[in-house]
Amino acid sequence: MQLSVWTYEGPPHVGAMRVATAMRGVHYLLHAPQGDTYADLLFTMIERRGCRPPVTYTTFQARDLGKDTADLFQRAARDAYTRFDPQVMLVGSSCTAELIQDDPAGMAEAMRLPCPVVPLELPSYSRKENWGAGETFYQIVRHLADRDVRPAPRAEEGGGRVPLVNILGPAALGFRHRDDVREVRGILDSLGIDVNCVAPLGASPAEIARIGAADFNIVLYPEIGDSAARWLEREFKQPRTTTVPIGVGATRDFIAEVAALAGVDPEPALADGESRVPWWSRSVDSTYLTGKRVFVFGDATHAVAAARVAHEELGFEVVGLGCYNREFAREVRDAAKLYGVEPLITDDHLEVEDAIAAASPELVLGTQMERHIAKRQGVPCAVISAPVHVQDFPARHSPQMGFEGANVLFDTWVHPLVMGLEEHLLTMFREDFEFSDDAGASHLAAHSPSRRADHGSLLVTDVPASGLQAAATTREEDRASEYIRGDAEISAWTAEAEAELKKIPFFVRGKAKRNTESFAAEQGRAAIDLETLYDAKAHYAR
Amino acid sequence: MKRDTFSLPADTGCGAPPAGKHTDVLRERGQREVFCGLTGIVWLHRKMQDAFFLVVGSRTCAHLLQSAAGVMIFAEPRFATAIIEERDLAGMADCHEELDRVVDRLLARRPEIKQLFLVGSCPSEVIKLDLGKAAERLGAKHAGQVRILNYSGSGIETTFTEGEDACLASLVPAMPKSAPDAAPELLMVGSLPDIVEDQFLRLFAQLGIEHVGVLPARTADGLPAVGPNTRVLLAQPFLGETATALEGRGAQRIDAPFPFGAEGTTAWLKAAAAAFGIDEMHANAVIAPGRERAKRALEHHRENLAGKRITFLPDSQLEVPLARFLATELGMEPVEVGTPYLNRKLVARDLDQLPESTRISEGQDVDKQLDRVRADRPDLTVCGLGLANPLEAEGLSTKWAIELVFSPIHGFEQAGDLAELFARPLRRRDVLQV
Repeated sequence: MQLSVWTYEGPPHVGAMRVATAMRGVHYLLHAPQGDTYADLLFTMIERRGCRPPVTYTTFQARDLGKDTADLFQRAARDAYTRFDPQVMLVGSSCTAELIQDDPAGMAEAMRLPCPVVPLELPSYSRKENWGAGETFYQIVRHLADRDVRPAPRAEEGGGRVPLVNILGPAALGFRHRDDVREVRGILDSLGIDVNCVAPLGASPAEIARIGAADFNIVLYPEIGDSAARWLEREFKQPRTTTVPIGVGATRDFIAEVAALAGVDPEPALADGESRVPWWSRSVDSTYLTGKRVFVFGDATHAVAAARVAHEELGFEVVGLGCYNREFAREVRDAAKLYGVEPLITDDHLEVEDAIAAASPELVLGTQMERHIAKRQGVPCAVISAPVHVQDFPARHSPQMGFEGANVLFDTWVHPLVMGLEEHLLTMFREDFEFSDDAGASHLAAHSPSRRADHGSLLVTDVPASGLQAAATTREEDRASEYIRGDAEISAWTAEAEAELKKIPFFVRGKAKRNTESFAAEQGRAAIDLETLYDAKAHYAR
Repeated sequence: MKRDTFSLPADTGCGAPPAGKHTDVLRERGQREVFCGLTGIVWLHRKMQDAFFLVVGSRTCAHLLQSAAGVMIFAEPRFATAIIEERDLAGMADCHEELDRVVDRLLARRPEIKQLFLVGSCPSEVIKLDLGKAAERLGAKHAGQVRILNYSGSGIETTFTEGEDACLASLVPAMPKSAPDAAPELLMVGSLPDIVEDQFLRLFAQLGIEHVGVLPARTADGLPAVGPNTRVLLAQPFLGETATALEGRGAQRIDAPFPFGAEGTTAWLKAAAAAFGIDEMHANAVIAPGRERAKRALEHHRENLAGKRITFLPDSQLEVPLARFLATELGMEPVEVGTPYLNRKLVARDLDQLPESTRISEGQDVDKQLDRVRADRPDLTVCGLGLANPLEAEGLSTKWAIELVFSPIHGFEQAGDLAELFARPLRRRDVLQV
């Protein structure tokens, strides 16, 4: 048993729901007890979808166990088929149904439903949401792809057609998938490449059947699209891309990779005049970004991409890198080597919290959970990855991919930082009432490190996904008291040194305090006096 | 399509009032769009401030709790899930050892915890993991430090608020036995926000009811005594099992409507006063100021709500008393009142006041029920979070049912807020021009 107070990923059948909900003409019959329908609200509330996910839950109860759960399943299957008239039905079990071993696949087959049925085996006690989404998409492709559909001859082969690709991976409840697809389509347009199908997002079973018509596959989110793409590579001889176009450098690499696979000139896409990051980053006002310590955590794909952008395109120092999905840990380990950091592969957010505290970053790039961790630690943060929150579905176009995606990353990561000029002003006027600790950074109340301001803002800015503020706020208070308890344990500061510490600008004070304390501990100094404070400063100078 | 709805005669079980109106109930069996009983942990852990709720379940349970509670805010709440993994499913002995290990670690880490609830889930029930035995074993081990109890919040046995019922029922055997010569004592049952609970306690004191206990108590050592001198006043309509358990210990239930709005609260308080032989004139004098304030607050909303048609989809079992409040105090017209489970004995006084024309349904087949909503086209549909936006997208205004469970809505001082919860979606519909 694993003790969990919060989890980055849901169970694998939620991954299957993300695929079913993304597609058209698909219905998912889930053998599940009452209560599993909670997953519907992820789609209707967080993503604000205007229709229910295409899922029927068989809703068995304790009294059905051991007698007619199978009958219940078959009745639900018939009713769902009649009502929703799907072109394809997915059938599978949630965690509880897996234990009662009713064999949905066999039952559905025996029923001879008048549409194709894709059985899903998603082991709930060993796998999680992303794996479930990837497996479901792979099974759909495997069952539906028509092996007789192959690419038509290209222009140079006398067929008179442009290159054709599939875009694989985007799904429901994805982090900016909607906007990323638009950016990638724009790149393909400028290269003169046509899209055969985007899947699972918006795809119909008929489009999946014709997936073999494309020359190659573009994998945007390996977590969801890679299994299917690898199978298509093996069975349909369709090459697949391996670069995820997040950041300027990665977008250029992606364009080069796609152009090479398609046999076209990459130049029209590379010449995008809307790519502002290279100049914004070289512009002299960005100098203060140099060497900012950044901690990166998320799903493997977004975390690895963010680390590259942070390091190469903003001049940050990556002081921590990790992911919560073990299936892609290798990619994160390889990237961590590049930056000389220890990879953090864990789905325990308390471990992530400790790692962030230990790394003393100046910016955290993470999931919504890291946003809350960073807030408690008084560190600015930007969100780069799922699990998603209602705030991750902005009304405006806000991609992560392509050159416009890179522009978005620049703004989103730089704005939470105290700006260069403001940093100087705060140092100069720190005794001024407007720049007092409680005032915080003028432009961003939500990231103010002041404990009091932090809790005040929680009520306003942190409307939880399902709107149950009341429940959420008390728990933050629970936590706050623990922090205060934690602080009370350290008492070795002399009054003089403590007074000096207060003169340090508040946004670096936490780090200075932690550094000084660990330095004092390392050196075995009993009390922290002025001497220790400045010795520590010299020790950590960079 | 097979028709699986039928009518049942009214429950004429022991203690049921004579069958009045609404003897025809549409009973349905199909897909339910409701939370399971685990969800009650979200408010129960706030109410019992030294209690920890450990769900023994799957990743789905953990995901449900954080999704239902919008939980990304904190790092260490007072609930968690012991997630059963593949290797736990291999053998039962292993499962108990694992649970002991998790509980020992948890209690070592959280020394302030005085009550620990082991909460059963669908998977733990299906593999027949005996949490009663585990609670007994662990309770003996941690005796003197932590009270360890168990109940099931599984979806195969409990619907949403039935989780609270199961939790409170599990507390009943732990309640001390009242002295044989103890004076009559009032026991208010159901978890209410502290502010509402305090309002009621002040009113009981003013009425002259001297001994008042509350279940659940805010802390482990506040658990009230129970015995034949106990008069039980339910503050929530979904506490059937708890009421039965208390009756099993000699307590007597006071029959009353539920304390919503000016009239519901008045009748509820008066029932308590009558049970304690309080002079009626005195009771009226104590109740009058609050009642008048509630009426004034409701007057603001009457214009917006009177004549509007409303449908409740089954959610918390609060549906019947709330529909009564909206119908009799605000002039709304309940079209269909769906409830996951209709406990006629407990809601009789509210049910009797619903208009004859109101359709009462019990259980759910969500697709058929939505067909009825589309045919009825009520002005407002009270439903779960999974259904609200899809109905809004079809042009039907909705109210999230869960807010009725999380917000302070009981009593005189909250009557206006309760009406506002229903009025706001309608006002918003009228104000928007996009």
